[in-house]
Amino acid sequence: MREITVALAGNPNAGKTTVFNALTGSRQHVGNYPGVTVEKKEGTVERNGVKYRIVDLPGTYSLSANSPEEVVARNFLVMDKPDLVIQVVDASNLERNLYLATQIMELGLPLVIALNMYDVAKIRGIEYNLELLQTLLKTPIVPTVGNKSQGMDDLLTAVAAAAGKPAPEYQKISYPKELDKPVADIDAALSGADRELADRYPPQWLATRLFENDPDVASHIKDKGLLDRVDSLRQTFEKEHDDLPEVRVAEAKYGWISGLCAEATKTTPESRTDISDSIDSIVLHRVLGLPIFLILMYLMFQLVFTLGDPPMGWIEDAFGSLGNYVARLWPKSADSPLRDLLVDGIIGGVGGVLVLLPNIILLVLAIAFLEGTGYMARAAFIMDRLMHKIGLHGKSFIPMLLGFGCTVPAIMGTRTLENRRDRLATILVLPFMSCGARLPIYALIIPAFFPGHLQAWMLWLIYIIGIVFAIVGAKILRSTLFKGESVPFVMELPPYRMPTFRAVMNLMWDRAGEYVKKAGTIILGVSILLWAMTAYPKKPEYDQDYESQREVVQTSYIEGATAVGSTLGIDAEDVVAWTENEDMLADAHSAYWETEPGFAEAAAAYEENKAQLMERSSGLAMFAEAVEQIDEIDEQFAEATEELEEDSHDFRVAFNLREQSLAGLNLSPSLMEAVQVYRDEVRASRQEMGEEIDNAEAAEDLAYSISGRIGTTLEPIFRPVGFDWRIVTAIIGSFAAKEVFVAQMGIVYSVGEADEDSDTLRDKLQQNYNALQAFCMMLWALLSVPCVATIAVAKRETGGWTYAIGMMIGFTLIAYFACLIVYQVGSALGIGL
Amino acid sequence: MSENVTLDTVKPGEKAKVISVDGERDIKKRITEMGLTRGTVVEVERVAPLGDPLDIKVRGYRLSLRKEEASRVMVEKL
Repeated sequence: MREITVALAGNPNAGKTTVFNALTGSRQHVGNYPGVTVEKKEGTVERNGVKYRIVDLPGTYSLSANSPEEVVARNFLVMDKPDLVIQVVDASNLERNLYLATQIMELGLPLVIALNMYDVAKIRGIEYNLELLQTLLKTPIVPTVGNKSQGMDDLLTAVAAAAGKPAPEYQKISYPKELDKPVADIDAALSGADRELADRYPPQWLATRLFENDPDVASHIKDKGLLDRVDSLRQTFEKEHDDLPEVRVAEAKYGWISGLCAEATKTTPESRTDISDSIDSIVLHRVLGLPIFLILMYLMFQLVFTLGDPPMGWIEDAFGSLGNYVARLWPKSADSPLRDLLVDGIIGGVGGVLVLLPNIILLVLAIAFLEGTGYMARAAFIMDRLMHKIGLHGKSFIPMLLGFGCTVPAIMGTRTLENRRDRLATILVLPFMSCGARLPIYALIIPAFFPGHLQAWMLWLIYIIGIVFAIVGAKILRSTLFKGESVPFVMELPPYRMPTFRAVMNLMWDRAGEYVKKAGTIILGVSILLWAMTAYPKKPEYDQDYESQREVVQTSYIEGATAVGSTLGIDAEDVVAWTENEDMLADAHSAYWETEPGFAEAAAAYEENKAQLMERSSGLAMFAEAVEQIDEIDEQFAEATEELEEDSHDFRVAFNLREQSLAGLNLSPSLMEAVQVYRDEVRASRQEMGEEIDNAEAAEDLAYSISGRIGTTLEPIFRPVGFDWRIVTAIIGSFAAKEVFVAQMGIVYSVGEADEDSDTLRDKLQQNYNALQAFCMMLWALLSVPCVATIAVAKRETGGWTYAIGMMIGFTLIAYFACLIVYQVGSALGIGL
Repeated sequence: MSENVTLDTVKPGEKAKVISVDGERDIKKRITEMGLTRGTVVEVERVAPLGDPLDIKVRGYRLSLRKEEASRVMVEKL
């Protein structure tokens, strides 16, 4: 089969990615921000027996090696020599787009122009004389509409016709005469000095680039003497003409293009106002611009959190049920490490990861929309003053914003920054932007420690703290590590566009997939490892005699119960028998699933005993019934008011209902009092003390486990920060991925209940920590070492371990000292204790 | 005889013709390549809400550049 390699070139925002997608049908990020497509992407398409291999070059305005993208694009064209180049040209923006075309022509490659977004250009009143344009440019021109997949067949037909033939003799753009002699001089010297190099490039191209002071081309020249000669020629030229050769060359090209466009296009006078201009007159308004920007950002977060809430509940419930279902495959009392691994390690871990997915999807959706419409470039325009002040670039703002979703794609997004120093500074401060994986930590902690009206503000505060750290960090980096001028801010404000549904969906699934893939591999592996670290080794013998402690509690409970019974004239013997029977049922509940035969036996025995007891003592029967009834009323009340504020109307309604139900029981005052004493004092205190003993036992278990030992060892270091060994243990877990912190805290505080939801964990946190400690936990999550994936990507993008390891150490120290200051000052002032 | 000023001093809504681009090599090259060549007519659309950068229309598209860079572009007010 005939195979044609096609390079897809074009300016950013010319719709190159949509054409690539329309041609190859591959999924790819579609954005409207300059430089979204930075990676070399490939796709293939077969049509009429021809296989087209399409290589998507980074979007560039030029091939002058101003940026890594331009180097990548040019190197591919020069080194890999594709059969043909398709340049995607924005039909509404012909002049600037054709500048790149002149550079591709100079390389002597066959070129086909896809005159993209042809429909938009027509609406904007631009008319083309395509015949004339093709004649003048000597290239086939195919009108296309990438996002509607229009013109793709014609484009491939044109490609098939043009490929394989030598490139046409393009119209030679005449450079100013003063350039001729020096270029000829360099060319002659080159062919003498470096035959091989001179052969690889088109004639004179190399000489012209050298004369233009192109650093990439110069780096290929080994002959130092030649470079010196070029330098002196340049200096002479600059002195003589008070200008740069490269400026003269660009001027000549633009001059030629202007003439061509004037001949071949006709723009109806701007009778109608441009839609983009109208939008911008509001969105970039001197006064309104900033508030609109801030409101949009705020709305974005409201959307993410409000809409994300219900599906999060569903996912939580689903994994709870799944865990339950799997746990029930074993007898309840079975001591099975495999069950623990499945339920606590795997299902718990995956559920903890996936529960965040709704938030991530919504966040990506919002960002994809902003990118797709073109508002992102406006965001850079609005924010540049600020970003520039802290030593970054307006373009840094976009990766920073992406950083709120996930630091990993955000770091990849820094490739739009041309200057390495700008890029490095952005990468290094990016982890301060609170990523989505940290959200479950805040989502867990905030409702547990802060009243409803403060919750949204607490979340804001955390995000703002991150931003402040990023700003200060960038400022410090730019004045120390990365001293130097920032690159010129020259950024296109593309016309507003409506992103296609498909493009937004693709991006959403890509990002969600990225997260799940990351979750599926690293996080799952780590949560199993951590589960094992917390579960093993098992402690053979406890330091304290918990069994005798439990006996003491049980004895005082029975004493209390008999005392209550005696006030009602019930025999102590009967009360004891009753408590034993109730406990027998409770024991059966914890030993068996209700479906197991053992439970049915126990339940039958319970009912029988109960019936006998009630028969024997009518006083006990009345008492026991009253206890059951009031238990039920309270249970209903607790269920009804679970999510209600105490001073709300609904709460008062439920409270009145409870009072009515209690009154409806028509209990005598003495019986009522006895039941209350039993429930609120005798039974409650057994419950409370029993839990304390359970917790102490669990704590001993954990302290004995591997991660507990690590946590305990490090606890003295973290005590000044307000962290106990449990938090330290969870922090160790969050080294791998931030969200593991939640899973870890869950494991650290789990006490047997298989279907515990996060409210149980919140209760545990409330019992064990104060608001100040909770705040420090969030601060730590925000500021400390980003996850392993971030470090891995940072290593790749910065080109080595130096910055990656520096990040690990730096972020740990920053988080430690920030938490130290907050905790110490907070404690001294008595805030949140 | 019209006055020659730098681009950053041109007010929103005003048009001007590029006379020369000064400054560092990289900046000069970049600005030129984006289409701000001698003789090109540009129109300042607006200044960003925070006072910088500028939003200009050149060769039918919209470009934003900082006042710092704009101050290297000598123009003739039209």
